[in-house]
Amino acid sequence: MKNILIVGVGGQGSLLASRIVGTVLMSQGLDVKISEVHGMSQRGGSVVTYIRADENKVCSPIIGFGGADMIISFELLEAMRWLPYLKKGGQIVVNDQRIDPMPVIMGAKEYPSDIPEKLAAKGAKVEVVDALTIATELGQPKAVNVVLLGKVAAESGMDKQLWLDALKMCVPAKFIDINLKAFELGYSK
Amino acid sequence: MNKKLMIGNEAVARGIFEAGVKVVSSYPGTPSTEITEFASKYSEFYSEWAPNEKVALEVAAGASIAGARSFCGMKHVGLNVAADPLFTLSYTGVNGGLVIGVADDPGMHSSQNEQDSRNYAKAAKIPMLEPADSAECCEFTKLAYEISEKYDTPVLLRLTTRVAHSQSLVQLSEREERELLPYEKMPGKYIMAPAAARVKHPVVEQRTLDLAEYSDTSDVNRVEYYSKKIGIIASGAVYEYAKEVMGENASYLKIGMPFPLPKNKIKEFAANVDKLYVIEELDSFIEDYVKTLGIEVCGKDIFPVCGEIFADMIAEKLLGKKPEFEECDEEAPVRPPVLCPGCPHRGVFYILAKKKLYVSGDIGCYTLGGSAPLSALDTTICMGASVSALHGRNIARRGESEKKSVAVIGDSTFVHSGITGLIDIAYNGTNSTVLILDNSITGMTGHQNNPTNGLTIKNEPATAIDIPALCKAIGISHVQSVDPYDLKAFEKALDEALATEAPSVIIAKRPCALLKYVKAKPAYKVNPDKCKACKMCMKIGCTPISFVDGKAKIDDALCVGCGLCADVCPFGAIEE
Repeated sequence: MKNILIVGVGGQGSLLASRIVGTVLMSQGLDVKISEVHGMSQRGGSVVTYIRADENKVCSPIIGFGGADMIISFELLEAMRWLPYLKKGGQIVVNDQRIDPMPVIMGAKEYPSDIPEKLAAKGAKVEVVDALTIATELGQPKAVNVVLLGKVAAESGMDKQLWLDALKMCVPAKFIDINLKAFELGYSK
Repeated sequence: MNKKLMIGNEAVARGIFEAGVKVVSSYPGTPSTEITEFASKYSEFYSEWAPNEKVALEVAAGASIAGARSFCGMKHVGLNVAADPLFTLSYTGVNGGLVIGVADDPGMHSSQNEQDSRNYAKAAKIPMLEPADSAECCEFTKLAYEISEKYDTPVLLRLTTRVAHSQSLVQLSEREERELLPYEKMPGKYIMAPAAARVKHPVVEQRTLDLAEYSDTSDVNRVEYYSKKIGIIASGAVYEYAKEVMGENASYLKIGMPFPLPKNKIKEFAANVDKLYVIEELDSFIEDYVKTLGIEVCGKDIFPVCGEIFADMIAEKLLGKKPEFEECDEEAPVRPPVLCPGCPHRGVFYILAKKKLYVSGDIGCYTLGGSAPLSALDTTICMGASVSALHGRNIARRGESEKKSVAVIGDSTFVHSGITGLIDIAYNGTNSTVLILDNSITGMTGHQNNPTNGLTIKNEPATAIDIPALCKAIGISHVQSVDPYDLKAFEKALDEALATEAPSVIIAKRPCALLKYVKAKPAYKVNPDKCKACKMCMKIGCTPISFVDGKAKIDDALCVGCGLCADVCPFGAIEE
């Protein structure tokens, strides 16, 4: 069984990322279920996508507390928020980007400091990737999701070609070249 | 490969395709929207966005009577709007099969209430199917058409958010193209006047008995025996959660047809297990029925009526197991949804809040104008209520109230059910001021075209409503159009409208900042030498703006250059 959480801020491109991961898992002959978020929370709220895969039939499309092997987080605070869903000692790949939520903007709350260190202190294996800088240097800030997936692919130990094939299936043809570059940059980080 | 990973909504669209449906008419609403979006990608049949759910269902009914298989999709609260045709269509029955897809939202991810649509099936005496995953979404949609035509009834297909928005594998089949069924004039069937309806009501009652027998004998309700110490009756996503937790340590009666329920199957299942549970989200719909059969059952005494049910909850209640996990010692600040950077609604709400007006709100992205720091709304009830409830307030309070209150409603919501409220304002004459926030798209549900933006569901040219002309035609003489990015012009128009001794409308028109054709401008920057740390820019609630080291700062990765913050800065510290 593989259980993966993709978390971030609404509008960061987690739907495409989940479809790519789902396609990779499916191409290994696994049964896959993915639970997405649409609607209100996509408007800048905290969003979560659950991905589950297994040799046998997957029942629940949702992952509970302590159930995820890996959390892929598009934003620092979101990694912290969703930590309870990680298995003890599980892995977190987190984008080194801070987006202030409204209570922080309004000065009612402080944005927590040193989040990767705090996650590691709780036993998580944490990989920080500055995906936004990499994607921006590439001229496509929206490719943050694919840079991050490059890192996930390198960490996953799965055949790289499966990821490249999935990318080609899920990304529109006119954006594929820049996304392949974004993936490679994440992969070699 | 003829298996595909699909969300439940896409799988329903696939079922519509395979069943040979000819007409789809829907109104968008999370979590149901993607059914019709995916349906519109097929060229083999017709799809449309209707102005509201009542119209959509009547369109589908007309197509059914004409002999076509037809479909109508909506969210749970949309079924309230479509309830009028729904109850009588139960009496008329169908010609071509008629299926109504309704998506409930337990947990209210994107809704204003948590109503349970199963009650509609019972109240309207219409059979209901409920799939548990995407494969069943496709399969049950096709089954619904068979039931509809065999039993001469519309069929409700109920999804919940987790089924509608979860992807799982679907086995694809070919489309079965179907000829139109012949239409015959049958006044006793299609003219539902009292004399015909009195004849039809007993027919409907008998139909429900016949369907109950189907429910008992069909595989749509499935018994799975493993350990008989525990028996679980469940449907939809909750069945999957129960199976996840209990595996072969329990037996299951999986309900695929929540109305009418299978009496004999339930009795037999109950007799075969030691301890019986009904696990269901929202109301005790199945549980209440099981209790009428005199069967002892455990349900809402341990599971909640409110919100979603999860696997963890089932594990705790049935097995006393709690999950093991770590969490950080400090609490993560919440991240509620907000108006997007560059949203044309933001300036409107900034002005309304500044003037401390009473704001009668509505359903759409602009509901977010009620969140801090803008906190500009007083009410949000249902689609269209902003306009009619403002009229009610102004009748009750008159005078000063009329000069200190407005309604805000989006373009799509105005067409959905705001026009009738505005007619009431014109007809019965309150000096009400209605702001139509026209962003040229149905926004919150993910960008659907509508009758105001001149495009069909397939992005083909269509007739666009002329909103100012429409307002004038129904009797509103004071109609102004402004660009909400121009704060001064908007405030001036607002002052004029509020001062006018007549009903008035302001159309604040600017396309949604997320539309592909709207190009972002370069990010604005804070000049730290001019910034006096007054925090005025923080009052507009724009996520790119934060306060760092005693000065405002704009995140250039998020800013789309709308310039609203520069307009509100009293020191000219925010620059292009």
